[in-house]
Amino acid sequence: MPPRPRPTSPHLQVYRWQMGSTLSILHRFTGAALALGLPALSYWLVSLAGGSESYGKALGVLSSPVGQLCLVGWTFAFLYHLLNGVRHLYWDAGYGFERRQRHASGWFVVLAALGLSVGIWLGIWLGVHA
Amino acid sequence: MSLRSPLGRVLGMGSAKDGTAHWWAQRVTAIALAPLTLWLFFSLLLLPGLDYSTVKAWLSLPVSSFLAILTIGVLAHHAYLGSAVIIEDYVHGAGLKVLWLVTLRFSYVLCAGAGVFAVLRVAFGS
Repeated sequence: MPPRPRPTSPHLQVYRWQMGSTLSILHRFTGAALALGLPALSYWLVSLAGGSESYGKALGVLSSPVGQLCLVGWTFAFLYHLLNGVRHLYWDAGYGFERRQRHASGWFVVLAALGLSVGIWLGIWLGVHA
Repeated sequence: MSLRSPLGRVLGMGSAKDGTAHWWAQRVTAIALAPLTLWLFFSLLLLPGLDYSTVKAWLSLPVSSFLAILTIGVLAHHAYLGSAVIIEDYVHGAGLKVLWLVTLRFSYVLCAGAGVFAVLRVAFGS
Protein backbone atom coordinates (compact mmCIF):
# COMPACT_ATOMS: atom_id res chain seq x y z
CA MET A 1 0.00 0.00 0.00
CA PRO A 2 1.46 3.36 -1.02
CA PRO A 3 1.97 5.76 1.86
CA ARG A 4 -0.82 8.24 2.24
CA PRO A 5 0.27 11.78 1.37
CA ARG A 6 0.74 13.90 4.43
CA PRO A 7 -1.94 16.52 5.01
CA THR A 8 -0.81 19.94 3.86
CA SER A 9 -1.91 23.30 5.13
CA PRO A 10 -4.19 25.26 2.80
CA HIS A 11 -2.26 27.46 0.43
CA LEU A 12 -3.02 30.73 -1.36
CA GLN A 13 -5.65 29.47 -3.80
CA VAL A 14 -7.96 28.36 -0.97
CA TYR A 15 -8.40 31.77 0.54
CA ARG A 16 -10.66 34.56 -0.57
CA TRP A 17 -8.69 37.50 -1.95
CA GLN A 18 -8.64 40.28 0.58
CA MET A 19 -7.02 43.66 0.62
CA GLY A 20 -4.52 42.78 3.35
CA SER A 21 -3.16 39.66 1.70
CA THR A 22 -3.29 41.11 -1.82
CA LEU A 23 -1.31 44.22 -0.90
CA SER A 24 1.15 42.11 1.10
CA ILE A 25 1.76 39.86 -1.92
CA LEU A 26 2.07 42.94 -4.12
CA HIS A 27 4.63 44.38 -1.69
CA ARG A 28 6.81 41.30 -2.00
CA PHE A 29 6.28 41.13 -5.77
CA THR A 30 7.24 44.78 -6.32
CA GLY A 31 10.24 44.29 -4.02
CA ALA A 32 11.46 41.39 -6.13
CA ALA A 33 10.91 43.42 -9.31
CA LEU A 34 12.89 46.31 -7.86
CA ALA A 35 15.73 43.98 -6.90
CA LEU A 36 15.91 43.04 -10.60
CA GLY A 37 16.18 46.75 -11.34
CA LEU A 38 19.46 46.99 -9.45
CA PRO A 39 21.49 45.31 -12.25
CA ALA A 40 19.82 47.69 -14.70
CA LEU A 41 20.83 50.68 -12.59
CA SER A 42 24.41 49.42 -12.40
CA TYR A 43 24.46 48.75 -16.14
CA TRP A 44 23.30 52.30 -16.82
CA LEU A 45 25.97 53.77 -14.48
CA VAL A 46 28.74 51.60 -15.89
CA SER A 47 27.77 52.66 -19.40
CA LEU A 48 27.96 56.30 -18.28
CA ALA A 49 31.46 55.78 -16.91
CA GLY A 50 32.41 54.07 -20.17
CA GLY A 51 31.91 57.20 -22.28
CA SER A 52 29.35 58.67 -24.64
CA GLU A 53 29.34 55.72 -27.02
CA SER A 54 28.50 53.03 -24.45
CA TYR A 55 26.06 55.41 -22.76
CA GLY A 56 24.25 55.95 -26.04
CA LYS A 57 23.93 52.20 -26.45
CA ALA A 58 22.53 51.76 -22.93
CA LEU A 59 20.11 54.63 -23.47
CA GLY A 60 18.96 52.89 -26.66
CA VAL A 61 18.31 49.67 -24.74
CA LEU A 62 16.43 51.47 -21.97
CA SER A 63 14.30 53.56 -24.34
CA SER A 64 13.36 50.62 -26.57
CA PRO A 65 9.74 49.44 -26.21
CA VAL A 66 10.77 46.61 -23.86
CA GLY A 67 13.06 48.95 -21.94
CA GLN A 68 10.29 51.51 -21.50
CA LEU A 69 7.88 48.81 -20.38
CA CYS A 70 10.39 47.81 -17.69
CA LEU A 71 10.86 51.44 -16.65
CA VAL A 72 7.10 51.97 -16.36
CA GLY A 73 6.86 48.82 -14.25
CA TRP A 74 9.76 49.89 -12.06
CA THR A 75 8.17 53.32 -11.58
CA PHE A 76 4.99 51.78 -10.22
CA ALA A 77 6.92 49.16 -8.23
CA PHE A 78 9.10 51.86 -6.67
CA LEU A 79 6.21 54.15 -5.73
CA TYR A 80 4.06 51.32 -4.40
CA HIS A 81 6.88 49.67 -2.44
CA LEU A 82 7.90 53.04 -0.98
CA LEU A 83 4.38 54.08 0.05
CA ASN A 84 3.38 50.65 1.31
CA GLY A 85 6.74 50.41 3.08
CA VAL A 86 5.91 53.56 5.02
CA ARG A 87 2.54 51.94 5.81
CA HIS A 88 4.39 48.93 7.19
CA LEU A 89 6.72 51.10 9.27
CA TYR A 90 3.65 52.87 10.69
CA TRP A 91 2.26 49.47 11.68
CA ASP A 92 5.63 48.49 13.16
CA ALA A 93 5.37 51.54 15.39
CA GLY A 94 2.03 50.16 16.60
CA TYR A 95 -0.45 52.43 14.80
CA GLY A 96 -3.12 52.15 12.12
CA PHE A 97 -4.40 48.62 12.79
CA GLU A 98 -8.13 49.43 12.88
CA ARG A 99 -10.09 47.95 10.00
CA ARG A 100 -11.06 51.35 8.58
CA GLN A 101 -7.51 52.67 8.89
CA ARG A 102 -6.05 49.60 7.17
CA HIS A 103 -8.47 49.88 4.28
CA ALA A 104 -8.06 53.62 3.92
CA SER A 105 -4.26 53.47 3.93
CA GLY A 106 -4.34 50.47 1.56
CA TRP A 107 -6.51 52.26 -0.98
CA PHE A 108 -4.46 55.42 -0.62
CA VAL A 109 -1.21 53.56 -1.31
CA VAL A 110 -2.54 51.76 -4.38
CA LEU A 111 -4.27 54.77 -5.91
CA ALA A 112 -1.40 57.16 -5.18
CA ALA A 113 1.16 54.79 -6.72
CA LEU A 114 -1.04 54.21 -9.78
CA GLY A 115 -1.92 57.88 -10.21
CA LEU A 116 1.66 59.09 -9.85
CA SER A 117 2.99 56.45 -12.26
CA VAL A 118 0.41 57.31 -14.90
CA GLY A 119 0.99 61.04 -14.40
CA ILE A 120 4.77 60.76 -14.60
CA TRP A 121 4.77 58.64 -17.74
CA LEU A 122 2.11 60.68 -19.48
CA GLY A 123 4.30 63.67 -18.71
CA ILE A 124 7.36 61.96 -20.18
CA TRP A 125 5.59 60.72 -23.31
CA LEU A 126 3.82 64.03 -23.94
CA GLY A 127 7.10 65.88 -23.41
CA VAL A 128 5.99 67.97 -20.44
CA HIS A 129 8.89 69.57 -18.61
CA ALA A 130 8.77 70.23 -14.92
CA MET B 1 8.74 27.66 34.18
CA SER B 2 10.95 28.13 31.13
CA LEU B 3 12.55 25.20 29.37
CA ARG B 4 15.23 27.41 27.85
CA SER B 5 18.76 27.28 29.13
CA PRO B 6 20.09 30.35 30.96
CA LEU B 7 22.58 30.88 28.13
CA GLY B 8 19.82 30.66 25.50
CA ARG B 9 17.75 33.21 27.40
CA VAL B 10 20.55 35.68 27.73
CA LEU B 11 21.53 35.43 24.06
CA GLY B 12 17.89 35.96 23.02
CA MET B 13 18.40 34.40 19.61
CA GLY B 14 15.26 32.24 19.44
CA SER B 15 14.92 29.27 17.14
CA ALA B 16 16.09 31.16 14.05
CA LYS B 17 19.46 31.78 15.75
CA ASP B 18 19.81 35.35 14.64
CA GLY B 19 17.25 37.09 16.81
CA THR B 20 15.74 40.26 15.44
CA ALA B 21 18.89 41.39 13.59
CA HIS B 22 17.46 40.67 10.12
CA TRP B 23 14.09 42.24 10.85
CA TRP B 24 15.71 45.32 12.37
CA ALA B 25 18.24 45.78 9.55
CA GLN B 26 15.41 45.62 7.00
CA ARG B 27 13.57 48.45 8.79
CA VAL B 28 16.64 50.61 9.28
CA THR B 29 17.69 50.30 5.63
CA ALA B 30 14.07 51.03 4.61
CA ILE B 31 14.12 54.28 6.60
CA ALA B 32 17.43 55.25 4.98
CA LEU B 33 16.17 54.37 1.51
CA ALA B 34 13.03 56.51 1.65
CA PRO B 35 14.88 59.85 1.28
CA LEU B 36 17.76 58.38 -0.79
CA THR B 37 15.60 56.75 -3.46
CA LEU B 38 13.25 59.75 -3.58
CA TRP B 39 16.30 61.93 -4.21
CA LEU B 40 17.52 59.67 -7.04
CA PHE B 41 14.05 59.31 -8.56
CA PHE B 42 13.27 63.02 -8.62
CA SER B 43 16.81 64.03 -9.63
CA LEU B 44 16.55 61.91 -12.77
CA LEU B 45 12.99 63.01 -13.43
CA LEU B 46 13.82 66.71 -13.13
CA LEU B 47 17.01 66.69 -15.23
CA PRO B 48 16.50 68.68 -18.43
CA GLY B 49 17.42 65.57 -20.42
CA LEU B 50 19.01 62.16 -20.05
CA ASP B 51 21.70 62.72 -22.69
CA TYR B 52 25.33 61.89 -21.92
CA SER B 53 26.65 65.36 -21.07
CA THR B 54 23.67 66.32 -18.88
CA VAL B 55 23.76 63.13 -16.83
CA LYS B 56 27.54 63.18 -16.56
CA ALA B 57 27.56 66.80 -15.39
CA TRP B 58 24.89 66.01 -12.81
CA LEU B 59 26.58 62.87 -11.46
CA SER B 60 29.97 64.62 -11.29
CA LEU B 61 28.64 67.02 -8.66
CA PRO B 62 30.05 65.92 -5.29
CA VAL B 63 26.58 65.86 -3.70
CA SER B 64 25.21 63.66 -6.49
CA SER B 65 28.05 61.15 -6.55
CA PHE B 66 28.14 60.91 -2.75
CA LEU B 67 24.39 60.34 -2.45
CA ALA B 68 24.41 57.94 -5.42
CA ILE B 69 27.06 55.78 -3.74
CA LEU B 70 25.09 55.73 -0.48
CA THR B 71 21.91 54.85 -2.36
CA ILE B 72 23.50 51.94 -4.24
CA GLY B 73 25.05 50.49 -1.09
CA VAL B 74 21.94 50.67 1.08
CA LEU B 75 19.74 49.56 -1.83
CA ALA B 76 21.81 46.41 -2.40
CA HIS B 77 21.74 45.58 1.31
CA HIS B 78 17.98 46.08 1.58
CA ALA B 79 17.40 44.08 -1.61
CA TYR B 80 19.51 41.23 -0.26
CA LEU B 81 17.58 41.18 3.04
CA GLY B 82 14.28 41.06 1.16
CA SER B 83 15.29 38.41 -1.36
CA ALA B 84 16.77 36.28 1.43
CA VAL B 85 13.33 36.09 3.06
CA ILE B 86 11.77 35.03 -0.26
CA ILE B 87 14.40 32.31 -0.70
CA GLU B 88 13.91 31.13 2.88
CA ASP B 89 10.16 30.92 2.28
CA TYR B 90 10.14 29.09 -1.02
CA VAL B 91 13.40 27.16 -1.42
CA HIS B 92 13.39 24.02 0.65
CA GLY B 93 16.38 21.88 1.46
CA ALA B 94 19.35 23.30 3.31
CA GLY B 95 21.91 22.87 0.52
CA LEU B 96 19.89 24.54 -2.22
CA LYS B 97 18.87 27.31 0.16
CA VAL B 98 22.45 28.14 1.10
CA LEU B 99 23.49 27.98 -2.56
CA TRP B 100 20.78 30.50 -3.46
CA LEU B 101 21.59 32.82 -0.58
CA VAL B 102 25.32 32.84 -1.34
CA THR B 103 24.70 33.34 -5.08
CA LEU B 104 22.36 36.23 -4.33
CA ARG B 105 24.79 37.89 -1.96
CA PHE B 106 27.60 37.58 -4.52
CA SER B 107 25.35 39.05 -7.23
CA TYR B 108 24.35 42.01 -5.10
CA VAL B 109 27.92 42.77 -4.07
CA LEU B 110 28.97 42.51 -7.72
CA CYS B 111 26.15 44.82 -8.85
CA ALA B 112 26.71 47.36 -6.10
CA GLY B 113 30.48 47.23 -6.56
CA ALA B 114 30.19 47.88 -10.29
CA GLY B 115 27.72 50.71 -9.70
CA VAL B 116 29.84 52.40 -7.02
CA PHE B 117 33.00 52.04 -9.10
CA ALA B 118 31.22 53.57 -12.10
CA VAL B 119 30.08 56.54 -10.02
CA LEU B 120 33.62 57.04 -8.73
CA ARG B 121 34.98 56.95 -12.27
CA VAL B 122 32.49 59.61 -13.33
CA ALA B 123 33.14 61.69 -10.21
CA PHE B 124 36.92 61.67 -10.48
CA GLY B 125 37.10 61.63 -14.28
CA SER B 126 38.52 58.29 -15.44
